Amino acid sequence: MGVFLKNRALTFIVLGLLGTVPLMMYWSGSDYLSLATKLVCFAIAATSLNLILGYGGMVSFGHAVFFGIGAYAVGIPSYHAVYGELDFIASSNGFFHIVLAVILSALFALITGAISLRTRGIHFIMITLAFSQMMFYFLLALDTYGGDDGLTIDERSQIPFISLDNPVHMFLLSFIILLGCLYLVNRIVNSRFGLVLQGAKDNEERMAAIGYNTFAYRLTAYVISGAMCGLAGALFANSESFIFPELIDWTRSGELIFMVILGGGGTTIGPVIGAAVFVVLEKVLSGFTIYWHLPFGIMLILAVLFGRTGIARWFERQKRPGQSNE
Amino acid sequence: MSDVILQIDNLAKSFGGVRATDNVCIDVKRNETHAIIGPNGAGKTTLISQLSGGLKPDSGRIIFNGQNITKLPVQKRCHLGLARSFQITSLVMSMSVLDNVALAVQAQDGHSFKFWKPARTLERLRAPAMEILRDAHLDDKADTIVSALSHGERRQIEIAVALATKPELLLLDEPMAGMGPSESVSMVETLKALNGKKSILLVEHDMDAVFALANRISVLVYGRIIATGTPQEIRENQDVRHAYLGDM
Ligand SMILES: Nc1ncnc2c1ncn2[C@@H]1O[C@H](COP(=O)(O)OP(=O)(O)OP(=O)(O)O)[C@@H](O)[C@H]1O
Ligand SMILES: [Mg+2]
Repeated sequence: MGVFLKNRALTFIVLGLLGTVPLMMYWSGSDYLSLATKLVCFAIAATSLNLILGYGGMVSFGHAVFFGIGAYAVGIPSYHAVYGELDFIASSNGFFHIVLAVILSALFALITGAISLRTRGIHFIMITLAFSQMMFYFLLALDTYGGDDGLTIDERSQIPFISLDNPVHMFLLSFIILLGCLYLVNRIVNSRFGLVLQGAKDNEERMAAIGYNTFAYRLTAYVISGAMCGLAGALFANSESFIFPELIDWTRSGELIFMVILGGGGTTIGPVIGAAVFVVLEKVLSGFTIYWHLPFGIMLILAVLFGRTGIARWFERQKRPGQSNE
Repeated sequence: MSDVILQIDNLAKSFGGVRATDNVCIDVKRNETHAIIGPNGAGKTTLISQLSGGLKPDSGRIIFNGQNITKLPVQKRCHLGLARSFQITSLVMSMSVLDNVALAVQAQDGHSFKFWKPARTLERLRAPAMEILRDAHLDDKADTIVSALSHGERRQIEIAVALATKPELLLLDEPMAGMGPSESVSMVETLKALNGKKSILLVEHDMDAVFALANRISVLVYGRIIATGTPQEIRENQDVRHAYLGDM
Protein backbone atom coordinates (compact mmCIF):
# COMPACT_ATOMS: atom_id res chain seq x y z
CA MET A 1 0.00 0.00 0.00
CA GLY A 2 2.85 2.37 0.79
CA VAL A 3 4.18 2.20 -2.75
CA PHE A 4 0.75 2.82 -4.15
CA LEU A 5 0.35 5.97 -2.07
CA LYS A 6 3.84 7.19 -2.90
CA ASN A 7 3.22 6.94 -6.62
CA ARG A 8 -0.09 8.67 -6.32
CA ALA A 9 1.60 11.40 -4.26
CA LEU A 10 4.31 11.78 -6.90
CA THR A 11 1.64 12.16 -9.57
CA PHE A 12 -0.14 14.90 -7.64
CA ILE A 13 3.08 16.72 -6.79
CA VAL A 14 4.32 16.76 -10.39
CA LEU A 15 0.98 17.86 -11.78
CA GLY A 16 0.55 20.43 -9.01
CA LEU A 17 3.91 22.01 -9.81
CA LEU A 18 3.33 21.87 -13.55
CA GLY A 19 -0.06 23.56 -13.19
CA THR A 20 1.11 26.41 -10.95
CA VAL A 21 4.81 27.25 -11.35
CA PRO A 22 4.68 28.46 -14.99
CA LEU A 23 1.72 30.71 -14.20
CA MET A 24 3.37 32.15 -11.10
CA MET A 25 6.53 32.84 -13.09
CA TYR A 26 4.46 34.48 -15.81
CA TRP A 27 2.66 36.76 -13.37
CA SER A 28 5.93 37.69 -11.69
CA GLY A 29 7.42 38.80 -14.96
CA SER A 30 9.58 35.99 -16.36
CA ASP A 31 7.82 34.47 -19.31
CA TYR A 32 8.27 30.78 -19.76
CA LEU A 33 4.60 30.15 -20.33
CA SER A 34 4.82 29.21 -23.99
CA LEU A 35 7.69 26.88 -23.13
CA ALA A 36 5.48 25.30 -20.48
CA THR A 37 2.67 24.91 -23.00
CA LYS A 38 5.10 23.21 -25.37
CA LEU A 39 6.11 20.92 -22.50
CA VAL A 40 2.46 20.07 -21.82
CA CYS A 41 1.89 19.27 -25.50
CA PHE A 42 4.88 16.91 -25.48
CA ALA A 43 3.61 15.42 -22.22
CA ILE A 44 0.28 14.61 -23.91
CA ALA A 45 2.11 13.09 -26.89
CA ALA A 46 4.36 11.06 -24.59
CA THR A 47 1.33 9.95 -22.56
CA SER A 48 -0.30 8.71 -25.74
CA LEU A 49 2.87 6.83 -26.68
CA ASN A 50 3.01 5.40 -23.17
CA LEU A 51 -0.31 3.64 -23.76
CA ILE A 52 1.12 1.56 -26.59
CA LEU A 53 4.80 1.51 -25.62
CA GLY A 54 4.74 1.41 -21.83
CA TYR A 55 1.59 -0.66 -21.39
CA GLY A 56 1.38 -2.37 -24.77
CA GLY A 57 5.03 -3.05 -25.59
CA MET A 58 4.73 -1.59 -29.09
CA VAL A 59 7.87 0.38 -29.92
CA SER A 60 6.46 2.79 -32.47
CA PHE A 61 9.29 4.72 -34.06
CA GLY A 62 6.90 6.90 -36.00
CA HIS A 63 4.68 8.30 -33.32
CA ALA A 64 5.46 11.93 -34.16
CA VAL A 65 3.51 11.44 -37.38
CA PHE A 66 0.27 11.77 -35.40
CA PHE A 67 1.57 14.93 -33.76
CA GLY A 68 2.24 16.35 -37.21
CA ILE A 69 -1.13 15.31 -38.58
CA GLY A 70 -2.81 17.04 -35.65
CA ALA A 71 -0.76 20.19 -36.22
CA TYR A 72 -1.55 20.34 -39.95
CA ALA A 73 -5.23 19.64 -39.17
CA VAL A 74 -5.17 23.07 -37.51
CA GLY A 75 -2.78 24.78 -39.92
CA ILE A 76 -4.41 23.87 -43.23
CA PRO A 77 -8.05 24.79 -42.45
CA SER A 78 -6.86 27.95 -40.75
CA TYR A 79 -4.72 28.87 -43.79
CA HIS A 80 -7.72 28.57 -46.10
CA ALA A 81 -9.95 30.45 -43.70
CA VAL A 82 -7.54 33.38 -44.03
CA TYR A 83 -6.42 33.09 -47.66
CA GLY A 84 -9.44 31.51 -49.36
CA GLU A 85 -9.71 28.45 -51.66
CA LEU A 86 -10.72 24.92 -50.59
CA ASP A 87 -13.88 26.29 -48.94
CA PHE A 88 -14.99 22.84 -47.81
CA ILE A 89 -12.08 22.63 -45.40
CA ALA A 90 -11.50 26.32 -44.67
CA SER A 91 -12.41 27.01 -41.07
CA SER A 92 -11.06 28.64 -37.96
CA ASN A 93 -13.53 26.84 -35.71
CA GLY A 94 -11.57 25.22 -32.90
CA PHE A 95 -13.94 22.31 -32.52
CA PHE A 96 -13.63 21.57 -36.22
CA HIS A 97 -9.85 21.64 -35.89
CA ILE A 98 -9.81 19.31 -32.93
CA VAL A 99 -12.28 16.85 -34.42
CA LEU A 100 -10.33 16.86 -37.68
CA ALA A 101 -7.02 16.31 -35.86
CA VAL A 102 -8.41 13.42 -33.85
CA ILE A 103 -10.24 11.75 -36.74
CA LEU A 104 -7.37 12.04 -39.21
CA SER A 105 -4.80 10.71 -36.75
CA ALA A 106 -7.11 7.90 -35.71
CA LEU A 107 -7.68 7.01 -39.35
CA PHE A 108 -3.96 7.08 -40.13
CA ALA A 109 -3.35 4.91 -37.07
CA LEU A 110 -6.05 2.46 -38.14
CA ILE A 111 -4.64 2.01 -41.63
CA THR A 112 -0.94 1.94 -40.76
CA GLY A 113 -1.56 -0.05 -37.57
CA ALA A 114 -3.52 -2.72 -39.45
CA ILE A 115 -0.38 -3.29 -41.50
CA SER A 116 2.44 -2.68 -39.03
CA LEU A 117 0.89 -4.62 -36.11
CA ARG A 118 1.16 -7.81 -38.15
CA THR A 119 4.88 -7.58 -37.44
CA ARG A 120 6.94 -7.68 -34.26
CA GLY A 121 10.17 -6.32 -32.87
CA ILE A 122 12.55 -4.62 -35.24
CA HIS A 123 10.14 -5.04 -38.16
CA PHE A 124 7.48 -3.08 -36.32
CA ILE A 125 9.98 -0.34 -35.54
CA MET A 126 11.03 -0.10 -39.19
CA ILE A 127 7.50 -0.11 -40.59
CA THR A 128 6.22 2.59 -38.24
CA LEU A 129 9.32 4.59 -39.11
CA ALA A 130 8.66 4.11 -42.83
CA PHE A 131 5.06 5.30 -42.58
CA SER A 132 6.05 8.43 -40.69
CA GLN A 133 8.84 9.24 -43.16
CA MET A 134 6.33 8.85 -46.00
CA MET A 135 4.16 11.50 -44.40
CA PHE A 136 7.24 13.64 -43.75
CA TYR A 137 8.19 13.71 -47.44
CA PHE A 138 4.58 14.25 -48.42
CA LEU A 139 4.43 17.40 -46.26
CA LEU A 140 7.80 18.56 -47.59
CA ALA A 141 6.33 18.45 -51.08
CA LEU A 142 3.23 20.49 -50.16
CA ASP A 143 4.40 23.87 -51.45
CA THR A 144 1.06 25.55 -50.77
CA TYR A 145 1.66 25.06 -47.07
CA GLY A 146 5.26 26.20 -47.15
CA GLY A 147 6.98 22.89 -47.88
CA ASP A 148 10.10 22.64 -45.76
CA ASP A 149 9.83 26.33 -44.78
CA GLY A 150 6.79 25.51 -42.73
CA LEU A 151 3.54 27.36 -42.32
CA THR A 152 2.74 30.29 -40.08
CA ILE A 153 -0.72 30.07 -38.56
CA ASP A 154 -2.18 33.55 -38.85
CA GLU A 155 -5.37 32.76 -37.05
CA ARG A 156 -5.48 30.40 -34.08
CA SER A 157 -8.40 28.04 -33.44
CA GLN A 158 -11.51 29.92 -32.35
CA ILE A 159 -13.06 28.52 -29.19
CA PRO A 160 -16.01 30.11 -27.35
CA PHE A 161 -15.23 32.07 -24.16
CA ILE A 162 -11.46 31.75 -24.40
CA SER A 163 -8.78 33.16 -26.65
CA LEU A 164 -5.83 31.02 -27.61
CA ASP A 165 -3.92 34.23 -28.39
CA ASN A 166 -3.81 34.71 -24.64
CA PRO A 167 -0.89 32.59 -23.38
CA VAL A 168 -2.60 31.93 -20.05
CA HIS A 169 -5.69 30.55 -21.77
CA MET A 170 -3.52 28.53 -24.12
CA PHE A 171 -1.56 27.04 -21.25
CA LEU A 172 -4.60 26.27 -19.12
CA LEU A 173 -6.47 24.62 -21.99
CA SER A 174 -3.47 22.41 -22.76
CA PHE A 175 -2.96 21.57 -19.12
CA ILE A 176 -6.61 20.60 -18.61
CA ILE A 177 -6.44 18.41 -21.71
CA LEU A 178 -3.28 16.79 -20.32
CA LEU A 179 -5.13 16.01 -17.08
CA GLY A 180 -7.99 14.54 -19.10
CA CYS A 181 -5.62 12.37 -21.12
CA LEU A 182 -3.80 11.13 -18.01
CA TYR A 183 -7.11 10.23 -16.41
CA LEU A 184 -8.29 8.51 -19.56
CA VAL A 185 -5.11 6.44 -19.92
CA ASN A 186 -5.29 5.53 -16.25
CA ARG A 187 -8.88 4.31 -16.64
CA ILE A 188 -8.04 2.41 -19.81
CA VAL A 189 -5.01 0.56 -18.47
CA ASN A 190 -6.89 -0.65 -15.41
CA SER A 191 -9.97 -1.72 -17.37
CA ARG A 192 -10.59 -5.13 -18.92
CA PHE A 193 -9.13 -3.77 -22.13
CA GLY A 194 -6.03 -2.50 -20.37
CA LEU A 195 -5.30 -5.80 -18.68
CA VAL A 196 -5.55 -7.61 -22.00
CA LEU A 197 -3.19 -5.05 -23.52
CA GLN A 198 -0.65 -5.52 -20.73
CA GLY A 199 -1.04 -9.28 -20.79
CA ALA A 200 -0.28 -9.30 -24.51
CA LYS A 201 2.81 -7.17 -23.93
CA ASP A 202 4.13 -9.72 -21.48
CA ASN A 203 3.06 -12.97 -23.13
CA GLU A 204 1.17 -12.88 -26.39
CA GLU A 205 1.20 -16.66 -26.84
CA ARG A 206 -0.54 -17.14 -23.51
CA MET A 207 -3.15 -14.48 -24.25
CA ALA A 208 -3.99 -16.14 -27.56
CA ALA A 209 -4.15 -19.54 -25.86
CA ILE A 210 -6.79 -18.32 -23.41
CA GLY A 211 -8.83 -16.90 -26.26
CA TYR A 212 -7.81 -13.32 -26.98
CA ASN A 213 -7.41 -11.92 -30.46
CA THR A 214 -4.41 -9.85 -29.41
CA PHE A 215 -4.17 -8.10 -32.77
CA ALA A 216 -7.59 -6.48 -32.38
CA TYR A 217 -6.77 -5.20 -28.90
CA ARG A 218 -3.40 -3.87 -29.97
CA LEU A 219 -4.86 -2.14 -32.99
CA THR A 220 -7.51 -0.47 -30.85
CA ALA A 221 -4.87 0.80 -28.44
CA TYR A 222 -2.84 2.04 -31.39
CA VAL A 223 -5.79 4.02 -32.73
CA ILE A 224 -6.59 5.57 -29.33
CA SER A 225 -2.94 6.46 -28.91
CA GLY A 226 -2.70 8.01 -32.39
CA ALA A 227 -5.82 10.09 -31.84
CA MET A 228 -4.52 11.39 -28.51
CA CYS A 229 -1.20 12.32 -30.07
CA GLY A 230 -3.05 14.15 -32.85
CA LEU A 231 -4.79 16.21 -30.20
CA ALA A 232 -1.39 17.12 -28.75
CA GLY A 233 -0.26 18.25 -32.20
CA ALA A 234 -3.35 20.45 -32.62
CA LEU A 235 -2.58 22.18 -29.32
CA PHE A 236 1.07 22.57 -30.26
CA ALA A 237 0.17 24.21 -33.57
CA ASN A 238 -1.93 26.77 -31.71
CA SER A 239 0.69 27.41 -29.09
CA GLU A 240 3.58 27.91 -31.51
CA SER A 241 1.41 29.27 -34.36
CA PHE A 242 4.04 27.84 -36.67
CA ILE A 243 4.20 24.31 -38.06
CA PHE A 244 6.74 22.51 -40.24
CA PRO A 245 7.37 19.00 -41.60
CA GLU A 246 10.24 18.35 -39.16
CA LEU A 247 7.55 17.89 -36.51
CA ILE A 248 7.18 14.44 -38.03
CA ASP A 249 10.85 13.66 -38.56
CA TRP A 250 12.09 10.41 -37.04
CA THR A 251 14.21 12.32 -34.51
CA ARG A 252 10.96 13.67 -33.06
CA SER A 253 9.61 10.16 -32.70
CA GLY A 254 12.86 9.17 -31.05
CA GLU A 255 12.49 12.05 -28.60
CA LEU A 256 9.03 10.85 -27.63
CA ILE A 257 10.39 7.37 -26.95
CA PHE A 258 13.12 8.94 -24.82
CA MET A 259 10.55 10.87 -22.81
CA VAL A 260 8.53 7.75 -22.06
CA ILE A 261 11.51 5.57 -21.14
CA LEU A 262 13.31 8.31 -19.24
CA GLY A 263 10.26 9.19 -17.18
CA GLY A 264 9.06 5.62 -16.71
CA GLY A 265 6.99 3.68 -19.24
CA GLY A 266 3.95 1.98 -17.80
CA THR A 267 3.45 4.58 -15.06
CA THR A 268 0.88 7.36 -15.18
CA ILE A 269 3.17 10.26 -14.46
CA GLY A 270 6.36 8.96 -16.08
CA PRO A 271 5.81 10.47 -19.54
CA VAL A 272 5.06 13.86 -17.99
CA ILE A 273 8.30 13.75 -16.02
CA GLY A 274 10.16 12.61 -19.13
CA ALA A 275 8.73 15.47 -21.19
CA ALA A 276 9.59 17.97 -18.47
CA VAL A 277 13.19 16.78 -18.13
CA PHE A 278 13.52 16.81 -21.89
CA VAL A 279 12.15 20.32 -22.49
CA VAL A 280 14.00 21.88 -19.56
CA LEU A 281 17.32 20.23 -20.44
CA GLU A 282 16.98 21.28 -24.05
CA LYS A 283 16.33 24.87 -22.97
CA VAL A 284 19.20 25.01 -20.49
CA LEU A 285 21.79 23.35 -22.71
CA SER A 286 20.90 25.35 -25.80
CA GLY A 287 21.52 28.49 -23.72
CA PHE A 288 25.09 27.36 -22.98
CA THR A 289 26.33 26.33 -26.37
CA ILE A 290 25.15 25.96 -29.95
CA TYR A 291 26.68 22.48 -29.88
CA TRP A 292 24.16 21.36 -27.29
CA HIS A 293 22.83 18.39 -29.24
CA LEU A 294 25.81 16.20 -28.44
CA PRO A 295 25.88 16.58 -24.63
CA PHE A 296 22.10 16.45 -24.67
CA GLY A 297 22.09 13.18 -26.55
CA ILE A 298 24.77 11.70 -24.30
CA MET A 299 22.89 12.72 -21.16
CA LEU A 300 19.69 11.19 -22.44
CA ILE A 301 21.36 7.93 -23.34
CA LEU A 302 23.06 7.75 -19.94
CA ALA A 303 19.80 8.53 -18.19
CA VAL A 304 18.00 5.79 -20.05
CA LEU A 305 20.82 3.28 -19.51
CA PHE A 306 21.23 3.88 -15.80
CA GLY A 307 17.73 4.78 -14.79
CA ARG A 308 16.44 1.88 -16.78
CA THR A 309 12.95 1.65 -15.41
CA GLY A 310 12.42 5.41 -15.45
CA ILE A 311 12.42 8.32 -13.03
CA ALA A 312 8.87 7.71 -11.81
CA ARG A 313 10.03 4.35 -10.42
CA TRP A 314 12.95 5.74 -8.43
CA PHE A 315 10.44 6.34 -5.67
CA GLU A 316 9.13 2.82 -5.48
CA ARG A 317 10.95 -0.14 -4.00
CA GLN A 318 8.73 -3.03 -4.85
CA LYS A 319 5.52 -3.32 -6.76
CA ARG A 320 2.35 -4.28 -5.08
CA PRO A 321 0.40 -6.74 -7.23
CA GLY A 322 -2.84 -5.51 -8.61
CA GLN A 323 -1.95 -1.88 -8.19
CA SER A 324 1.01 -1.53 -10.49
CA ASN A 325 -0.49 1.14 -12.65
CA GLU A 326 -0.64 4.14 -10.45
CA MET B 1 -23.41 -36.34 -28.69
CA SER B 2 -20.74 -38.57 -30.09
CA ASP B 3 -18.41 -40.18 -27.62
CA VAL B 4 -15.36 -39.02 -29.59
CA ILE B 5 -14.51 -35.42 -28.69
CA LEU B 6 -11.35 -35.07 -30.76
CA GLN B 7 -10.54 -36.86 -33.94
CA ILE B 8 -7.05 -36.46 -35.34
CA ASP B 9 -7.21 -37.60 -38.92
CA ASN B 10 -4.02 -38.32 -40.86
CA LEU B 11 -2.19 -35.29 -39.54
CA ALA B 12 1.25 -34.61 -41.04
CA LYS B 13 3.87 -31.95 -40.46
CA SER B 14 7.51 -31.75 -41.58
CA PHE B 15 10.32 -29.41 -40.60
CA GLY B 16 12.67 -29.54 -43.56
CA GLY B 17 13.50 -33.23 -43.81
CA VAL B 18 12.19 -34.14 -40.35
CA ARG B 19 8.74 -35.72 -40.34
CA ALA B 20 7.70 -34.51 -36.91
CA THR B 21 4.11 -35.66 -37.37
CA ASP B 22 3.75 -38.60 -39.71
CA ASN B 23 0.12 -39.36 -40.62
CA VAL B 24 -1.06 -39.42 -37.03
CA CYS B 25 -4.58 -40.68 -36.27
CA ILE B 26 -5.92 -40.56 -32.72
CA ASP B 27 -9.46 -40.50 -31.35
CA VAL B 28 -9.85 -38.96 -27.92
CA LYS B 29 -13.05 -40.09 -26.22
CA ARG B 30 -15.20 -37.77 -24.20
CA ASN B 31 -14.06 -37.53 -20.57
CA GLU B 32 -11.17 -39.91 -20.99
CA THR B 33 -7.59 -39.12 -20.11
CA HIS B 34 -5.61 -40.07 -23.15
CA ALA B 35 -1.84 -40.06 -22.70
CA ILE B 36 0.72 -39.65 -25.44
CA ILE B 37 4.13 -41.04 -24.61
CA GLY B 38 7.26 -41.24 -26.66
CA PRO B 39 10.98 -40.50 -26.56
CA ASN B 40 12.49 -37.01 -26.80
CA GLY B 41 11.96 -35.46 -30.19
CA ALA B 42 9.16 -37.88 -31.08
CA GLY B 43 6.92 -34.97 -32.08
CA LYS B 44 4.66 -34.70 -29.04
CA THR B 45 4.88 -30.95 -28.62
CA THR B 46 4.57 -30.49 -32.37
CA LEU B 47 1.33 -32.49 -32.29
CA ILE B 48 -0.10 -30.49 -29.36
CA SER B 49 0.76 -27.22 -31.10
CA GLN B 50 -1.13 -28.27 -34.20
CA LEU B 51 -4.12 -29.22 -32.09
CA SER B 52 -4.14 -25.91 -30.21
CA GLY B 53 -3.59 -23.95 -33.41
CA GLY B 54 -0.10 -22.54 -32.91
CA LEU B 55 1.32 -24.62 -35.78
CA LYS B 56 -0.26 -25.27 -39.17
CA PRO B 57 -0.25 -28.92 -40.28
CA ASP B 58 0.90 -29.76 -43.82
CA SER B 59 -2.03 -32.10 -44.33
CA GLY B 60 -4.74 -33.95 -42.46
CA ARG B 61 -7.72 -32.80 -40.42
CA ILE B 62 -8.57 -32.04 -36.82
CA ILE B 63 -12.21 -32.62 -35.90
CA PHE B 64 -13.35 -31.26 -32.54
CA ASN B 65 -16.89 -32.02 -31.43
CA GLY B 66 -17.78 -32.84 -35.03
CA GLN B 67 -16.43 -29.53 -36.34
CA ASN B 68 -13.40 -29.29 -38.60
CA ILE B 69 -11.10 -26.87 -36.78
CA THR B 70 -7.94 -27.50 -38.82
CA LYS B 71 -7.78 -23.94 -40.11
CA LEU B 72 -9.08 -22.01 -37.08
CA PRO B 73 -6.73 -19.63 -35.21
CA VAL B 74 -5.71 -20.31 -31.60
CA GLN B 75 -8.20 -17.97 -29.93
CA LYS B 76 -11.20 -19.39 -31.85
CA ARG B 77 -10.28 -22.94 -30.85
CA CYS B 78 -10.08 -21.77 -27.27
CA HIS B 79 -13.60 -20.39 -27.43
CA LEU B 80 -14.81 -23.76 -28.78
CA GLY B 81 -13.49 -25.41 -25.63
CA LEU B 82 -9.89 -26.38 -26.29
CA ALA B 83 -7.24 -25.30 -23.80
CA ARG B 84 -3.57 -26.06 -23.59
CA SER B 85 -0.75 -25.89 -21.12
CA PHE B 86 2.79 -25.34 -22.32
CA GLN B 87 5.81 -27.60 -21.83
CA ILE B 88 7.79 -24.47 -21.03
CA THR B 89 5.69 -22.48 -18.59
CA SER B 90 3.90 -19.66 -20.36
CA LEU B 91 2.16 -17.20 -18.06
CA VAL B 92 1.87 -13.44 -17.78
CA MET B 93 4.93 -13.17 -15.55
CA SER B 94 4.53 -9.55 -14.48
CA MET B 95 1.01 -10.06 -13.14
CA SER B 96 -0.32 -11.75 -10.03
CA VAL B 97 -1.58 -15.32 -9.93
CA LEU B 98 -5.13 -14.07 -9.52
CA ASP B 99 -4.70 -11.70 -12.48
CA ASN B 100 -3.59 -14.59 -14.66
CA VAL B 101 -6.59 -16.72 -13.81
CA ALA B 102 -8.99 -13.77 -13.93
CA LEU B 103 -7.77 -12.91 -17.43
CA ALA B 104 -8.75 -16.41 -18.51
CA VAL B 105 -12.17 -15.98 -16.88
CA GLN B 106 -12.52 -12.59 -18.57
CA ALA B 107 -11.76 -14.13 -21.96
CA GLN B 108 -14.89 -16.26 -21.56
CA ASP B 109 -17.04 -13.33 -20.41
CA GLY B 110 -17.76 -11.56 -23.68
CA HIS B 111 -15.42 -9.19 -25.48
CA SER B 112 -12.92 -7.06 -23.60
CA PHE B 113 -13.43 -3.80 -25.45
CA LYS B 114 -14.47 -2.31 -22.13
CA PHE B 115 -12.37 0.68 -21.29
CA TRP B 116 -13.72 2.28 -18.15
CA LYS B 117 -14.41 0.12 -15.11
CA PRO B 118 -11.39 -1.14 -13.18
CA ALA B 119 -11.24 -4.84 -14.02
CA ARG B 120 -9.45 -5.79 -10.82
CA THR B 121 -12.47 -4.89 -8.73
CA LEU B 122 -15.02 -6.84 -10.78
CA GLU B 123 -16.50 -9.62 -8.65
CA ARG B 124 -17.77 -11.47 -11.69
CA LEU B 125 -14.16 -12.01 -12.79
CA ARG B 126 -12.39 -12.20 -9.46
CA ALA B 127 -14.80 -14.56 -7.66
CA PRO B 128 -14.71 -17.41 -10.21
CA ALA B 129 -10.93 -17.00 -10.49
CA MET B 130 -10.55 -17.22 -6.74
CA GLU B 131 -12.77 -20.29 -6.73
CA ILE B 132 -10.49 -22.03 -9.22
CA LEU B 133 -7.44 -21.14 -7.14
CA ARG B 134 -9.13 -22.47 -4.03
CA ASP B 135 -9.91 -25.77 -5.76
CA ALA B 136 -6.26 -26.02 -6.74
CA HIS B 137 -5.11 -25.08 -3.21
CA LEU B 138 -3.38 -22.03 -4.64
CA ASP B 139 -5.54 -19.36 -3.04
CA ASP B 140 -2.82 -18.32 -0.60
CA LYS B 141 -0.70 -17.36 -3.60
CA ALA B 142 -3.41 -15.29 -5.26
CA ASP B 143 -1.65 -11.94 -4.85
CA THR B 144 1.87 -13.16 -5.59
CA ILE B 145 3.46 -12.01 -8.85
CA VAL B 146 3.97 -15.08 -11.03
CA SER B 147 7.66 -14.38 -11.57
CA ALA B 148 8.18 -14.78 -7.81
CA LEU B 149 6.76 -18.32 -7.74
CA SER B 150 8.63 -21.61 -7.78
CA HIS B 151 8.70 -23.68 -10.94
CA GLY B 152 6.28 -26.24 -9.51
CA GLU B 153 3.78 -23.59 -8.50
CA ARG B 154 3.87 -22.08 -11.96
CA ARG B 155 3.08 -25.48 -13.47
CA GLN B 156 0.04 -25.70 -11.19
CA ILE B 157 -1.07 -22.26 -12.28
CA GLU B 158 -0.79 -23.24 -15.92
CA ILE B 159 -3.42 -25.88 -15.25
CA ALA B 160 -5.56 -23.44 -13.27
CA VAL B 161 -5.44 -20.92 -16.13
CA ALA B 162 -6.33 -23.59 -18.67
CA LEU B 163 -9.26 -24.70 -16.49
CA ALA B 164 -10.46 -21.12 -16.13
CA THR B 165 -11.23 -21.03 -19.86
CA LYS B 166 -13.88 -23.72 -19.12
CA PRO B 167 -12.49 -26.15 -21.67
CA GLU B 168 -14.04 -29.42 -22.74
CA LEU B 169 -10.65 -30.76 -23.76
CA LEU B 170 -7.37 -30.03 -22.02
CA LEU B 171 -4.14 -30.40 -23.95
CA LEU B 172 -1.38 -30.81 -21.37
CA ASP B 173 2.21 -30.78 -22.53
CA GLU B 174 4.35 -32.39 -19.81
CA PRO B 175 2.64 -30.78 -16.81
CA MET B 176 5.13 -32.53 -14.46
CA ALA B 177 8.24 -31.38 -16.35
CA GLY B 178 10.95 -30.31 -13.94
CA MET B 179 8.87 -30.94 -10.82
CA GLY B 180 10.14 -32.41 -7.60
CA PRO B 181 8.61 -35.71 -6.34
CA SER B 182 6.14 -34.12 -3.91
CA GLU B 183 5.04 -31.55 -6.49
CA SER B 184 4.47 -34.35 -9.00
CA VAL B 185 2.28 -36.15 -6.51
CA SER B 186 0.09 -33.12 -6.01
CA MET B 187 -0.14 -32.58 -9.78
CA VAL B 188 -1.26 -36.21 -10.21
CA GLU B 189 -3.92 -35.54 -7.56
CA THR B 190 -5.07 -32.43 -9.41
CA LEU B 191 -5.37 -34.29 -12.70
CA LYS B 192 -6.97 -37.34 -11.11
CA ALA B 193 -9.71 -35.11 -9.78
CA LEU B 194 -10.49 -34.11 -13.36
CA ASN B 195 -10.64 -37.69 -14.63
CA GLY B 196 -14.11 -38.46 -15.92
CA LYS B 197 -15.09 -34.77 -15.79
CA LYS B 198 -12.91 -33.38 -18.57
CA SER B 199 -11.36 -34.87 -21.65
CA ILE B 200 -7.60 -34.68 -21.37
CA LEU B 201 -4.84 -35.27 -23.87
CA LEU B 202 -1.78 -35.69 -21.70
CA VAL B 203 1.80 -35.67 -22.92
CA GLU B 204 4.07 -36.88 -20.14
CA HIS B 205 7.43 -38.50 -19.60
CA ASP B 206 6.75 -39.54 -16.01
CA MET B 207 5.55 -43.14 -16.52
CA ASP B 208 4.25 -43.54 -12.98
CA ALA B 209 2.01 -40.55 -13.57
CA VAL B 210 0.92 -41.78 -16.99
CA PHE B 211 -0.04 -45.23 -15.76
CA ALA B 212 -1.79 -43.71 -12.76
CA LEU B 213 -3.86 -41.31 -14.83
CA ALA B 214 -4.44 -42.59 -18.35
CA ASN B 215 -7.50 -44.48 -19.52
CA ARG B 216 -5.76 -45.06 -22.82
CA ILE B 217 -2.26 -44.45 -24.13
CA SER B 218 -0.88 -43.77 -27.60
CA VAL B 219 2.81 -44.28 -28.26
CA LEU B 220 4.50 -41.82 -30.61
CA VAL B 221 7.91 -42.63 -32.09
CA TYR B 222 9.57 -40.57 -34.84
CA GLY B 223 6.28 -38.84 -35.55
CA ARG B 224 4.31 -42.08 -35.95
CA ILE B 225 1.78 -43.72 -33.67
CA ILE B 226 3.05 -47.25 -33.16
CA ALA B 227 0.39 -48.37 -30.70
CA THR B 228 -2.79 -47.25 -28.96
CA GLY B 229 -4.46 -49.12 -26.12
CA THR B 230 -5.25 -49.40 -22.45
CA PRO B 231 -2.32 -49.06 -20.02
CA GLN B 232 -2.35 -52.85 -19.66
CA GLU B 233 -2.19 -53.42 -23.42
CA ILE B 234 0.62 -50.87 -23.83
CA ARG B 235 2.64 -52.42 -21.03
CA GLU B 236 2.40 -55.81 -22.73
CA ASN B 237 2.95 -54.59 -26.29
CA GLN B 238 6.22 -55.99 -27.65
CA ASP B 239 6.81 -53.18 -30.18
CA VAL B 240 6.39 -50.61 -27.47
CA ARG B 241 8.70 -52.41 -25.05
CA HIS B 242 11.22 -52.62 -27.81
CA ALA B 243 10.97 -49.03 -29.03
CA TYR B 244 10.43 -47.22 -25.82
CA LEU B 245 9.62 -48.99 -22.62
CA GLY B 246 12.49 -51.42 -22.95
CA ASP B 247 14.43 -49.72 -20.23
CA MET B 248 11.58 -49.86 -17.73
N1 LIG C 1 10.04 -25.15 -35.07
C1 LIG C 1 10.76 -26.21 -35.44
N2 LIG C 1 11.61 -26.13 -36.49
C2 LIG C 1 12.34 -27.20 -36.89
N3 LIG C 1 12.28 -28.39 -36.29
C3 LIG C 1 11.47 -28.54 -35.25
C4 LIG C 1 10.67 -27.46 -34.76
N4 LIG C 1 9.95 -27.90 -33.69
C5 LIG C 1 10.30 -29.19 -33.53
N5 LIG C 1 11.20 -29.59 -34.45
C6 LIG C 1 11.75 -30.94 -34.59
O1 LIG C 1 10.65 -31.82 -34.68
C7 LIG C 1 10.92 -32.99 -33.92
C8 LIG C 1 9.85 -33.15 -32.86
O2 LIG C 1 10.00 -32.14 -31.88
P1 LIG C 1 9.00 -32.00 -30.64
O3 LIG C 1 9.41 -30.81 -29.87
O4 LIG C 1 7.62 -32.06 -31.10
O5 LIG C 1 9.34 -33.31 -29.81
P2 LIG C 1 8.80 -33.77 -28.39
O6 LIG C 1 8.26 -35.13 -28.57
O7 LIG C 1 7.90 -32.75 -27.81
O8 LIG C 1 10.15 -33.86 -27.58
P3 LIG C 1 10.41 -33.63 -26.01
O9 LIG C 1 10.05 -34.90 -25.33
O10 LIG C 1 11.87 -33.36 -25.94
O11 LIG C 1 9.58 -32.47 -25.59
C9 LIG C 1 12.32 -32.83 -33.35
O12 LIG C 1 13.20 -33.50 -34.23
C10 LIG C 1 12.54 -31.36 -33.40
O13 LIG C 1 13.92 -31.08 -33.57
MG1 LIG D 1 7.93 -31.60 -26.18
